[in-house]
Amino acid sequence: MSLLKVDELKTYYTTLRGAVKAVDSVSFTVEKGEATGLAGESGCGKTTVASSILRILPSNGRIIGGKILYKSSIDIARLDEEVMRTDIRWKEISIVFQGAMNAMNPVFKVGDQIVEAITLHEPGVSRKEALDRAQKLMELVGVEPSRVNNYPHEFSGGMKQRAMIAMALASNPSLFIADEPATALDVIVAAQVLKLLKELKTKLGLGMILITHDLSIIAELCEKAVIMYAGKIAECGDVVAVFKKPMHPYTQGLMGSFPSIDAKERMRMVSIPGTPPDLLSPPTGCRFHTRCKFAMDVCKKEEPAFMELEKGHYVSCHLVMALYEGKKW
Amino acid sequence: MGFFQSVLSKQVLFVRAVDDISFEVKRGEIFGLAGESGSGKTTTGRVLLKLTEATGGKVFFEGKDITFLSEKEFKPLRRKLQIIFQDPYESLNPLMTIRSIVEEPLIIQGIVGKDMEEKVYKALEDVELIPQEEFLFRFPHELSGGQRQRVAVARALVLDPEFVVADEPVSMLDVSIRAEVLNLMVGLQAKRHVSFLYITHDLALARHVCDRLAVMYLGKIMEVSDVDQLVNNPLHPYTRALIGAVPVPDPTSRRVEVQVKGEIPSPVNPPSGCRFHTRCPVYIGDVCREVEPPLVEVEKGHFVACHLHHK
Repeated sequence: MSLLKVDELKTYYTTLRGAVKAVDSVSFTVEKGEATGLAGESGCGKTTVASSILRILPSNGRIIGGKILYKSSIDIARLDEEVMRTDIRWKEISIVFQGAMNAMNPVFKVGDQIVEAITLHEPGVSRKEALDRAQKLMELVGVEPSRVNNYPHEFSGGMKQRAMIAMALASNPSLFIADEPATALDVIVAAQVLKLLKELKTKLGLGMILITHDLSIIAELCEKAVIMYAGKIAECGDVVAVFKKPMHPYTQGLMGSFPSIDAKERMRMVSIPGTPPDLLSPPTGCRFHTRCKFAMDVCKKEEPAFMELEKGHYVSCHLVMALYEGKKW
Repeated sequence: MGFFQSVLSKQVLFVRAVDDISFEVKRGEIFGLAGESGSGKTTTGRVLLKLTEATGGKVFFEGKDITFLSEKEFKPLRRKLQIIFQDPYESLNPLMTIRSIVEEPLIIQGIVGKDMEEKVYKALEDVELIPQEEFLFRFPHELSGGQRQRVAVARALVLDPEFVVADEPVSMLDVSIRAEVLNLMVGLQAKRHVSFLYITHDLALARHVCDRLAVMYLGKIMEVSDVDQLVNNPLHPYTRALIGAVPVPDPTSRRVEVQVKGEIPSPVNPPSGCRFHTRCPVYIGDVCREVEPPLVEVEKGHFVACHLHHK
């Protein structure tokens, strides 16, 4: 039983110029105690997936199809907003937003902000108990517990990020979403935060969704990788399979633009020509065909099906499919 | 010192953003400057181009001391010294067309007429914004991030500079297009022997772009060396920590290790002795706290400022 199963999720934004198909038939799963990484360029729909799961889409965004099954019985896509608010958000699923360092209110003490998160979601808890828990949470994320009495400006960037993580864990959620947890942090501090997330994952048995544009972070932290392009999944599967045997030309392109510091020789980096498409009128057929160097006629006409190559390794590409059918691997 | 005290007293406090550093950039080389934010990388780049005035020390360009030249004396040299800024969304005037953006440096330098036209076309060709006619009369908002940054590169190159400071030129760009801007830089270095000072916080990119690399911390250079040497055999504990903290895009290889605690201290009041001693995992005693280690050559072309490696 998966902790979370996203099935054929479709989320569109209505704009004056038409519907933006930000997420279009996306499916993946998250297991307990495991991290699933969502990777892709800006505008590929990563963050919209996260907002859909928490149902915190902007007013013009709507989930128009698909299921989001939480603990296989609750369909978040169809859940009543009131139930969502009282029972799911923060108690079951929580999130740390991108640029979380700036998400704190500068005129309240850090501890009080965590207390607020606790008492809002658990009305029975007294302020004193909540403050106690806030201190424990701070300790858990590696910040001196007495710092609950400080204001956000007295924290460094890394500490603010840790405090945000503490706040997200305030009501013992089972699923934790981190949107770009390490961008905007310095290399060493980013590594410290990643290490913390990894420890929390094992210690608390958290399911995690990690949204990032940095493939190396996914390699570092996740068990599963989902590569998104223009609102669709290009490739997904076990992180080792995806990184060691990338099949989709887009995945291969992304890997090529990610140099490794461990490389023996200086290498020439490869870029993917062109820019991601406008999702108001995405390209027909395979959405990647406009930038794909292997594009064939069929790519422009038909949308490639999602195919399981090996157990748990899915790819959506005509070329891979043709090769696969030609000679069985 | 409290706020009122600092307002009322005559004493002026300094932030030593860059404190007593020396290095040289050879002709036709890409010299990398890496470090965390607040380490003084950008200030160094700006001082070299006299965008920020140095308090002391000297900057030599082709053997000539340019540190305290007047703006008038320096103007002819601006042709040879150019800069590419970090954020292509901020560094291009939204009211100017691509053509006026790229030709502005030429006008300032008095290169007008047919020459100007030719140079603008040539610069746009060099950065692969072709056909040029398609871009000349567009505005920055009509271009993608990668294209904008290429306009910024064209603007820097239109005067045929000999030395370009590239201040985090790709940190605002999407991963799939970073490579195109960096490859452009490497190509120009090879083709035109332009020298670059490449300022970055991303060591993995620096590894593949630079010839030599300097690591800065709180306004000081900690280690300088050939890039292969620096990455494969880092000597300074800070360099080691930085390299160890870079995640690798390979799920089966080494994991990140963080031996260093805490964050970079404030440059207003930097630690005494070795500035890294407060976070150093191999602190060897009072000498680190009291004596500032000089930058010494320990192997050919490999300089380190650390007591561990000084005999």
